[in-house]
Amino acid sequence: MAETVSTAPLKHTPLHDLHRELGAKLVPFAGYEMPVQYPSGILAEHQHCRAQAALFDVSHMGQVTITGPDRAAALESLVPGDIAGLAANRTRYTMFTDDQAGILDDLMVTNAGERLFLVVNAACKAEDIAHLQHRIGNRVTIREHTDRALLALQGPKAAEVISRLGPETLAMKFMSFARASLGGIECWLTRSGYTGEDGFEISCPDDQAEKLARLLLAEPEVKPVGLGARDSLRLEAGLCLYGHDIDRTTTPIEADLGWAIGKRRREQGGYPGADIVRSELASGPKRKRVGLQPEGRAPAREQTPIVDAQGTALGSVTSGGYGPTAGKPIAMGYVPAASAKPGAAVNLVVRGKPLPASVVTLPFIAHRYYRG
Amino acid sequence: MAEIRFTKEHEWIRIEGDTGTVGISDYAQGQLGDVVFVEVPEVGKKVSKGAQAAVVESVKAASEVYAPVSGEVTAANAALAGNPGLVNASAMGDGWFFKLKLSNKAELGELMDEAAYKAYVAGLG
Repeated sequence: MAETVSTAPLKHTPLHDLHRELGAKLVPFAGYEMPVQYPSGILAEHQHCRAQAALFDVSHMGQVTITGPDRAAALESLVPGDIAGLAANRTRYTMFTDDQAGILDDLMVTNAGERLFLVVNAACKAEDIAHLQHRIGNRVTIREHTDRALLALQGPKAAEVISRLGPETLAMKFMSFARASLGGIECWLTRSGYTGEDGFEISCPDDQAEKLARLLLAEPEVKPVGLGARDSLRLEAGLCLYGHDIDRTTTPIEADLGWAIGKRRREQGGYPGADIVRSELASGPKRKRVGLQPEGRAPAREQTPIVDAQGTALGSVTSGGYGPTAGKPIAMGYVPAASAKPGAAVNLVVRGKPLPASVVTLPFIAHRYYRG
Repeated sequence: MAEIRFTKEHEWIRIEGDTGTVGISDYAQGQLGDVVFVEVPEVGKKVSKGAQAAVVESVKAASEVYAPVSGEVTAANAALAGNPGLVNASAMGDGWFFKLKLSNKAELGELMDEAAYKAYVAGLG
């Protein structure tokens, strides 16, 4: 999610007043004024999500539905994911690609029965919707749900909390979708998230969002958590942040997202950049996104140069910082394929000093999704 | 009795004779949030007023810490390596960064006393 530089007034989500009431520190993010943290602070919020249940406001993200009988085939012309093969009430991670196989955005796609439900990044949503309209607008009906809020409840206690409000959610497994009533509010739920923990993303009408948030916050396990901890949680989980770890200059294969491209799409192509993806799958990408474990205590931030023992440039850090659960600094970045093997020694140049680090397997903290 | 002075960049320096102990203010640690890493200067390093002397990192970002006055580093707080959270818990005490032997005490006159700094922070909203 790239931060957009603009003089336009910042937009508010339906939970803005609640964030203020909860004492949030609000910052500009992708055109919105969003809570980066609450009074308990990023470290405590991060740990709370790993231990209990964290409530995030992600209403700035774009919610889009695509309807029409041709919807799966139409969307497949823009993404490498297997959409036609996505069973009803299942969710899948994919990305919009361009003709060079560069990533335009990453997104979640749900087969919600008579429609596809997409959740896209806030900073990309206007361009994504224009792209959809331009490329497949003649084949399907595209609707942005600006009248809906999106909340995420993440953590090992999330399922227990949600099931108290809507018992029918208990049957849901990781990457599944259901319509359910939570405390009388009609919601669209996916059992998904971006923290590495079990949890749900919950779409609801914007005028019900504050009521839903208060219902969730009234549960003893739930605390509000801001975008600061969301970033450290997703970094520990080895998940890409658009505009940082992936963008138009990175391909899905370089980004190590090949797992999101199924067999049929690999063979048949039919999406922008498919030839490049096929060739990178056959002979390997030139460079690859990897996990980086600094040996010392100094965090290596985004844009930190990655060099070899001789000081020759290898690449740069795309996300880096301190991992509160890892208890040490962690990072991700791109290195040439020859240097991408776990255990490979590299140096991260922090404030002019080369600091030793190793290439490591992602994630830093094991995912704890509920697969039933 | 030790006197304490503050910079507009939220460093403090406590003067005892020719030596000053430097840290960041309680306001600064509150703004930074949870401190996860501190890089202190090496003993013997000469720093000039306003030059970068240390680095403090929160979960979110790295910030530079400037020398409030010129001098030579005589000590660095080794405890911060293992426990950077001392900066949050005790910004004005155990969370000190380094000590300086002052080379130009006249520079202290350009810094704020505690009352002036309090008024300055209040004005930041």
